[in-house]
Amino acid sequence: MTATQAPLPAEASPARQEKAQNGGMKQFISFKIGEEGYAIDIMAVREIKGWTETTPLPNQPEYILGVMNLRGIIVPVYDLRCRFGMGLTEASRSHAIIIVSAQDRMAGLLVDAVSDILTIDSGKICPVPEAECGASADYLSGIVPVGETMVVILALDKLLVRGHGTPSSQMSEVQQAA
Amino acid sequence: MSAIAPTLADTERFQATFFEECTELLQDLEERLPSLQAGNIDSEGLNAVFRVVHSIKAGAAAFNFTELVKFAHVFEALLDKLRSDRIQRSAQVFSVIVRGADLLAELVEAARSSRAVPPGLGAGVISELNELLGAPEDAAPAPAAAKAVQEELRHARAYRIVFEPHRELFRHANEPLLLIRELKHLGELETECDTSKLPDLAHLDAEAAYLSFVFHLTTKAPESAIAEVFEFVDQECVLKIEELGAEGDPSGSPATAEAARDAAQSDTAAAAVPSAKGSTSIRVDLARVDRLVNMVGELVITQAMLAQQLSESGGGQRHQWTKGSEELAAQTRQLQECVMAIRMQPVRSVFARMPRLVRDIAGRLGKKIRLVTSGDQTEVDKTVIEELADPITHMIRNAIDHGIEDADTRLAAGKHAEATIELAASQRASNILITIADDGAGIDRAKVLKSAIAKGIVREDQKLGDDEIYALIFAPGFSTAEKVTEISGRGVGMDVVRRNISNIGGRINIHTTPGKGTRFTLVIPLTLAVLDGMLVAAGEEKYILPLSSIVESIRPSRAQVRTISGGMQVAAIRGEYIRLISLHRILNIPGKVPDPWKALVVVIETENGSKAGLVVDELIGQQQVVVKSLLENFDAVRGISGATILGDGRVALILDLEGICALPEHWRADGGADELEPVANAPDGGIESASMPMSVPKRAHAPGAPEIHASA
Repeated sequence: MTATQAPLPAEASPARQEKAQNGGMKQFISFKIGEEGYAIDIMAVREIKGWTETTPLPNQPEYILGVMNLRGIIVPVYDLRCRFGMGLTEASRSHAIIIVSAQDRMAGLLVDAVSDILTIDSGKICPVPEAECGASADYLSGIVPVGETMVVILALDKLLVRGHGTPSSQMSEVQQAA
Repeated sequence: MSAIAPTLADTERFQATFFEECTELLQDLEERLPSLQAGNIDSEGLNAVFRVVHSIKAGAAAFNFTELVKFAHVFEALLDKLRSDRIQRSAQVFSVIVRGADLLAELVEAARSSRAVPPGLGAGVISELNELLGAPEDAAPAPAAAKAVQEELRHARAYRIVFEPHRELFRHANEPLLLIRELKHLGELETECDTSKLPDLAHLDAEAAYLSFVFHLTTKAPESAIAEVFEFVDQECVLKIEELGAEGDPSGSPATAEAARDAAQSDTAAAAVPSAKGSTSIRVDLARVDRLVNMVGELVITQAMLAQQLSESGGGQRHQWTKGSEELAAQTRQLQECVMAIRMQPVRSVFARMPRLVRDIAGRLGKKIRLVTSGDQTEVDKTVIEELADPITHMIRNAIDHGIEDADTRLAAGKHAEATIELAASQRASNILITIADDGAGIDRAKVLKSAIAKGIVREDQKLGDDEIYALIFAPGFSTAEKVTEISGRGVGMDVVRRNISNIGGRINIHTTPGKGTRFTLVIPLTLAVLDGMLVAAGEEKYILPLSSIVESIRPSRAQVRTISGGMQVAAIRGEYIRLISLHRILNIPGKVPDPWKALVVVIETENGSKAGLVVDELIGQQQVVVKSLLENFDAVRGISGATILGDGRVALILDLEGICALPEHWRADGGADELEPVANAPDGGIESASMPMSVPKRAHAPGAPEIHASA
């Protein structure tokens, strides 16, 4: 497996990070699933790897692809496309796994492609509109316009919740929203 | 000089160390109490108890835990008199000591959590202590108080005190300045400082003590009060206290001399053992050991990878390489064993907490219980030990509250009024066996069933065997207690116990005889870090089976295999019918499910003695694997006890055989991506066919989520 390792911009430039915080600016890593743009807090990102083969875990929700070996650590890999109710990703070498850490746990997120590092004024982040029946997917933490398009910001701690057996009602609402 | 003005962080660190030490000391104390209580303690034992109390007092004084110091001081005084036979050794005294030890532990805990000590805590013990000591005035700890009492009785006298600290003084968080200040409180003080040992700046070690002092003190306080100022440093310095030509009445001096000698004696005794210990063991941060274990784990994997690559490569030099490779394998293995041994600890540290628990709860419930422990030298991995304390505590608590009848009922049943709980540990192969047995009433089968039905855990019409009924006590929310007590009965308990135990790869068995008692057996792997395994292939996937559970592997003939009701297959092997479990089916592995007579059957035996045959495609080979937890970054997965990394860098899952046997066979119907049938009713179907009612998967509804995507 050839792993393409991207250096961590956040760690590389503490000065910039500080500046970002001072001005109410936050940095995100944005990535694509299909045509949709998503972003996660750069501070949660540990590294970005090329797609590697995973070992499937039995009897798990479909979006849990399995586990991978990250230098001796066993890390579960989530297929985000599937997590958002858009079917399984047909993973190939062009796909990327973003290794994140949230709530003391590491996880890999399978995405189509990593796009950019975004520096966003937190004031510009809008809340996600609630779905019709009141409950919106709580792992979507906000929407922010970037150029012509918009990017959905994910709340990792909600996305990688323990027990991850998301109630099906909630999942169907995601689909309605999507 | 960091020692003079420790930063806040330093203080916190020192405190943490102090409490760590307290925990160890209290454990040591706890271990000695049974022999004390039985009245057969020797002076060696008493000395040890004294040292514990003394060390705690010393540490507590450094951090100004006044309540703790005050009590430890009185307690220490009693122990001191006891060991020098100035107080008769009697049952009453020993009982006060046992309660004193409990109080000491409580005060330490209060100091640790910076709780205020509730007023009147342990008042009974303290007053009894004082009574035994006779003169409570003696027990007043502060030199100032002693001074106040005796001021009128004595005239001022002059002392010459020579104080030459050892180099290490500062390292033990002592500070001469504080001592000087305290001396000054006693009277008129003149201080000479000897700087002759001070090296030039280039050779100065900032953390070493170079200065020594000569004090001229004129005081009305007794010599013992002066000795007390130096109480905590007198193992770390040369100390001479001389009286210079008495200015007043000399009659008091024999007594004070005796007191000073006492103080000196107690301190030398206190110093003797810790220093001896220090030479044979060191305190190492657990994180460092863990790092070492992990590194060696990586090394083992790398070695396995090399060996594999070598065996796959051809070439003329192969023979030479092989020899080297074999040596490397042997050395790696030895290195790993050595490293693992660092983390092995006797279970004593857990067992030692139990006598107090039993005393406590039995006292509160008014039951008489004797706790018999054995095998507390059995060693297990440190990480396992930490996970053992809670379940054992819980099970003992349960045994006392539910298992053991009150004295009248016991007598009526022809039993001894005093009940016995046995707590034993032993090693069996790569497992540790812990049994908790009581001679109480046993588990009431009918009551358990009734309660389980009432709570909706099982349905009324379900047919259950004895084992299945007893296993119900592990169901979440189960409780038979008629009334909820503060000790147990809320129905949170045994399910947590079982989860804790299965988290560390162990299992629980119950044997109960109505009227005779109940025996719980915990079978837990000695270490969580390595496992002797058999690598098997099923479809594209490879799995590790724990070698210790494998009985044999066979390829049955077609005639040996029968399909019986519900699609279950059994194989007749030497007169035994063994249930066949297809790994493909149960783990939902893509690909064709092989027929047992074309594949291999690995016969396994689970801890409760039942056998099963796992149908796999191929046995790849025996291998020691480094166990990695799934829980670190994920949740528990039924049927999987962990994972490892194979020579090629891929992850292989380690199967939890007991879990596998309990998995319902048609998982494929609810978990499979290719199945579109609605799954809402699948978990219910699962219950009926599962071997045990509690084998309903924790996340029975989880597979529901993907189904919705599949159909969308």
